[in-house]
Amino acid sequence: MKHTISLLVENKPGVLSRVSSLFSGRGFNIESLSVAETVDPKISRMTILTTGNDQILEQITKQLNKLINVIKVIDFKSNEYVGRELALIKVNVTEETRSEIISIIDIFRGKVLDVSSGSYTVEVTGDENKITAVLDLLRPMGIKEVARTGSAALTRGSKTKTSKGKKQ
Amino acid sequence: MKRKTGAQILFECLKKEGVTDIFGFPGGAVLDIYHQFKNYNIRHILVRHEQAAVHAADGYARATGRVGVCLVTSGPGATNTVTGIATAYMDSIPVVVFSGQVPTMLIGNDAFQEADIVGITRPCTKHNYLVKNVEEMAITIREAFHIASSGRQGPVLIDLPKDVVNEIIQFNYPEHINLQGYNPTYSGHLRQVNRAFSEILEAKKPVIYAGGGVISSNSSKELSDFAHKLQIPVTTTLMGLGCFPGTDKLSLGMLGMHGTYKANMAVTNCDLLIAIGARFDDRVTGDISKFAPHAKIIHIDIDPTSISKNVRVDTPIVGDVRDIFKKFHVLLEDAGKINWKNKRKSWFAQIDKWKSVHSLDYKQKDTIKPQYVVEKLYQLTDGNAIISTEVGQNQMWAAQYYSFDKPRKFLTSGGLGTMGYGFPAAIGAQVAFPKETVIDIAGDGSIQMNIQELATAVQYKLPVNIAILNNGYLGMVRQWQELFYDKNYAATPLNTSPDFVKLAEAYGALGLRATKPSDVVPVIKKALKSPKPVIMDFVVEPEEGVYPMVPAGAAIDEMILL
Repeated sequence: MKHTISLLVENKPGVLSRVSSLFSGRGFNIESLSVAETVDPKISRMTILTTGNDQILEQITKQLNKLINVIKVIDFKSNEYVGRELALIKVNVTEETRSEIISIIDIFRGKVLDVSSGSYTVEVTGDENKITAVLDLLRPMGIKEVARTGSAALTRGSKTKTSKGKKQ
Repeated sequence: MKRKTGAQILFECLKKEGVTDIFGFPGGAVLDIYHQFKNYNIRHILVRHEQAAVHAADGYARATGRVGVCLVTSGPGATNTVTGIATAYMDSIPVVVFSGQVPTMLIGNDAFQEADIVGITRPCTKHNYLVKNVEEMAITIREAFHIASSGRQGPVLIDLPKDVVNEIIQFNYPEHINLQGYNPTYSGHLRQVNRAFSEILEAKKPVIYAGGGVISSNSSKELSDFAHKLQIPVTTTLMGLGCFPGTDKLSLGMLGMHGTYKANMAVTNCDLLIAIGARFDDRVTGDISKFAPHAKIIHIDIDPTSISKNVRVDTPIVGDVRDIFKKFHVLLEDAGKINWKNKRKSWFAQIDKWKSVHSLDYKQKDTIKPQYVVEKLYQLTDGNAIISTEVGQNQMWAAQYYSFDKPRKFLTSGGLGTMGYGFPAAIGAQVAFPKETVIDIAGDGSIQMNIQELATAVQYKLPVNIAILNNGYLGMVRQWQELFYDKNYAATPLNTSPDFVKLAEAYGALGLRATKPSDVVPVIKKALKSPKPVIMDFVVEPEEGVYPMVPAGAAIDEMILL
């Protein structure tokens, strides 16, 4: 089962390595991971997409909580968060496919960032399913390269989980 | 406020932490630190290998309950500590390791004696630090001691680049630390405590399964009170030996792979298992699906990750064992008045039947039995010695035949199973308690993994005793080969071991040998009187096995008895 975990961590060297080596050392799986500073420059947020059954997920969150540099672990259940990732896609363009590509990008509210004689570089944001759908549609035209960011996620509603980093 | 160098700040902080002894080995990157020893009243014990420095600090910590400290140089000095650190990590022992590092501007340059020790030890420390500027020195040391000695204890490493140690600043001791992401749970949740307590009162066939957490939380007395008031039999893990008196009527001895018949049968047949400061290790549970199959399980542990990691738990209580006993104690007021002995009559009758299977019996014939040696060590020290062990058969015989009545008397590498642990750990314990009898129960294989520490013991006049159960094999591996590999003794015979008596003498220690059963007692008596370190070389039955034994992967009631 796929699962999104959001971590608030101290913005210090080596923290990413502590988190990732915890996953590898204990045989947990990372599907994607993204990390960047929060509004407080001393704190970073990591969003990790992982897989596992309930018991494994329980271990993952407990083990993450145990890391000294981890301030808070938020285990998102589906529906209670919004998650987005970004993909940059370089796709082949010919006379015949040009208009179809543009309409696909329009439907998915993407943007064309760069145009050359044989290719477009486009930007698409969305949840994982949306990105996968775009890629499936563009694949027949010939995708040359893809860069995906991994998910960034926040809770829905006005509650924040950023403040007062107290662990359970 | 005075201006001080990083090295001086280090010593000022160690003083504040109450450190009196450091185990270490000098080198280029830590010269400036060593230069300061003359100005501070902290004793340095020079080991002969950095691995031994960590084991000694670990033995010191286990025996005293205080944080053990060691100091090594960069590169190989630091990498040599890894086994020691991993040993302390697996057994949750508070140790702080200071390693030298090349100057900050050379880090990452493949400089001479450079190693990324923070990267290397990340998975085997509770936490570790690279101090990048001298302003962070004091706060880092405070944090390190706090982290090592609180919550589920463990080793912390601090890497100190040479230039940072030399830098001079105005020194202010940080009175407070603020670790946003570290806040261990000490107080057990009252609702869970109440729930557990009523389960305990309802149980007809309860067993307490106590581990190292009882020792690290200093709760032996509380455990004993609790077990006696409610008349609950107690089995302990290897790490828990001594947390409940081994000679107590309620004691079932150790459980697990080499546990007693009564302990394993009681756990398999109980209706309530109360796990206290233990972590359901595979050497304890055997086939996990058949472990305590009829029991509800209460699990008390300070580390939430231990709970429901291996075994499904019905009633978890996260918190300090001591705090939870205190809460139980309040509830005991009324329950303590019930005649539990009477109520548990049939359970104790059943246990007595299991007790009648004397699973630790052996026959002493013409050659010395290793069990006999350990029993004699027990008798001649009145069960009061501090015993350390190496790993393998010697460790199991020590655990089975030396009955521990008090905590912090048994030092053994339980989780990692580190051969070479026992002797340096004994040195650490002897440094802490110069007047106590300290004995390393060793094998002829594992003693050779840190034998160089004889020089340390001789140099500091530490009267550590080493009892080698010399069977000419890597005995535990040989036993597995005997049972499961058609007696194919691949790489386990040790027919070129040194003459341990001469070896002891060469180091300036005392060497004694026993070749027949009647030698055993005189040799031990002579050793215990010696003011020098002693090697006792007991030439024992070569193919003696450790029994009972649960084959790997079997249920713990499927024991091979002797």
